[in-house]
Amino acid sequence: MITILGAGVAGLCAATVLAERGLSVQVVDSGPEGAGASWLAGGMLAPFVEGESAPPEVARLGASAAEWWAARVPGMMRRGTLVVAPCRDRAELDRFAIRTTGHARIGADRIAELEPDLADRFAAALYYEAEAHLDPRVALRALADGLRRRGVTIRHDTQFAADHADIDCRGIAARDLLPGLRAVRGEMLLLHCSEVALSRPVRLLHPRFPVYVLPRGNGLYMIGATMIETYATGPVTLRSASELMSAAFALHPGFAEAAIVEMGSGLRPAFADNVPRLTQAGGRWHLNGLYRHGFLTAPALAEQLADQLALAPQEAALAD
Amino acid sequence: MRLYDVDLSSRLLLGTAQYPSPLVLTEAIAASGCGVITVSLRRETANGGGTNGFWPLLQATDARILPNTAGCHSAREAITTAQMAREVFGTNWIKLEVIGNADTLQPDPFALVEAARVLCADGFAVFPYTTEDLIVAERLLDAGCRVLMPWGAPIGSGRGLRHVDALASMRGHFPGVPLIVDAGIGAPSQAAQAMEMGFDAVLLNTAVAKAGDPVAMARAFGQAVAAGRAAFEAGLMPPRDMAVPSTPVLGMANLGLGGLR
Repeated sequence: MITILGAGVAGLCAATVLAERGLSVQVVDSGPEGAGASWLAGGMLAPFVEGESAPPEVARLGASAAEWWAARVPGMMRRGTLVVAPCRDRAELDRFAIRTTGHARIGADRIAELEPDLADRFAAALYYEAEAHLDPRVALRALADGLRRRGVTIRHDTQFAADHADIDCRGIAARDLLPGLRAVRGEMLLLHCSEVALSRPVRLLHPRFPVYVLPRGNGLYMIGATMIETYATGPVTLRSASELMSAAFALHPGFAEAAIVEMGSGLRPAFADNVPRLTQAGGRWHLNGLYRHGFLTAPALAEQLADQLALAPQEAALAD
Repeated sequence: MRLYDVDLSSRLLLGTAQYPSPLVLTEAIAASGCGVITVSLRRETANGGGTNGFWPLLQATDARILPNTAGCHSAREAITTAQMAREVFGTNWIKLEVIGNADTLQPDPFALVEAARVLCADGFAVFPYTTEDLIVAERLLDAGCRVLMPWGAPIGSGRGLRHVDALASMRGHFPGVPLIVDAGIGAPSQAAQAMEMGFDAVLLNTAVAKAGDPVAMARAFGQAVAAGRAAFEAGLMPPRDMAVPSTPVLGMANLGLGGLR
């Protein structure tokens, strides 16, 4: 029996791939469902857009993420990503266009076709047609349900000595075992707004407060996310909340009457190069450092992990 | 270059925000050869954040840390932030930034002078981010500042030296004061221009952090700053209105009288 620590996106993807390959696994998480960073993720499967700041390795890992998720969870949408900038920050759009590939520059007419509610609000946008998005909570629950159907146990609120685990997917909780792993705090809002209808992720560029707005369906929108180099785990700060809200309002004034359904903050685990990776330390595999690319890169890393276990039968034997 | 009795070999100061990753940042610092890095700690240390692994990476670089009060909008806020920075980083150096307008990010010279007076009296080595206004500069020196940092252009705008004549006046007016052009530099040529004008150093961030290849751009800025300084020390030729042939004309019977063909 292979024991995986952590029931976030890394742990559940790893468990899913190993179970699909016929290995016997269990998942143990010290917290309740929905307590980790994955629960607060955006769920953008946007390898091209992320390429603006992420190394090419991230896009490589994420190249087939959309197919992986589409085959396993409901509700994944392939509607592309729209990147817009306020009129006076048009230079940001030019910069973003130079730094990324996979986009078409579109004008007001095409923006109005794609997102009628943004008609006449932006003169230009970048459209990344091949990108996709999903609802992380729906996806995590679907993976967990799929695992249980295969007979895999997932235990929450359960302590398990890291020494006795085989695969550590605990994110920032594993920092004592992974030198160089650091926390990057992220804060998000969940809004309910019936006045604005968007059908795909929209990223609003701003030199100081870049944000994305993700439609979750039924009038729900996730607004995210701050990036702060800190271990602070407290609630969302007033400054962050006001930045996120102002940006949503700048995207569409209809968000003014939105109900704030939830505010959340979490710690993204990241290595110094911000590239997620599979490592071996202390006799265990670590799938960590997923930073802001969890849903994009976890499937490929999980497949890598399964390949490694297949190459190293003694590891599998040790796990029995 | 000597700033507050500290000798520095490089005349480039680099900001540490907005890089793609801490690894790229540390590589950029090394490639630039810069001797001083500025660090904003306002948000990062709020609410007991402690060290998240980012600061050890910065402290492991060879560069000296210049904490800043980025994002502060009042003298009081800036003073408190400076005091926190002294605790966290164990240095009395502070880049004093008091923002007068959240949109334009231009310095508030009144609050700046007020905060500088308090901090200098408290033993800080203050590096005030200011405009090229000569009277504000006088007041900052009166307050105890021994370095001044006039802007080139608004923060993050990459516009270069927008008021070249005013900056030249400032350089001429304060011959003995270290002057560092801070903010608005977008290209190595602009950094070189400031250095050729006799400014002591250049401080920048976005131009490197948001470059396609920040490490290569950091190296380019390091070279430009060194070249600009070397040019200043070598003594630039004064511009002339008319062409001056660089080949001798002796014996060619062209004496400006219409010439012979």
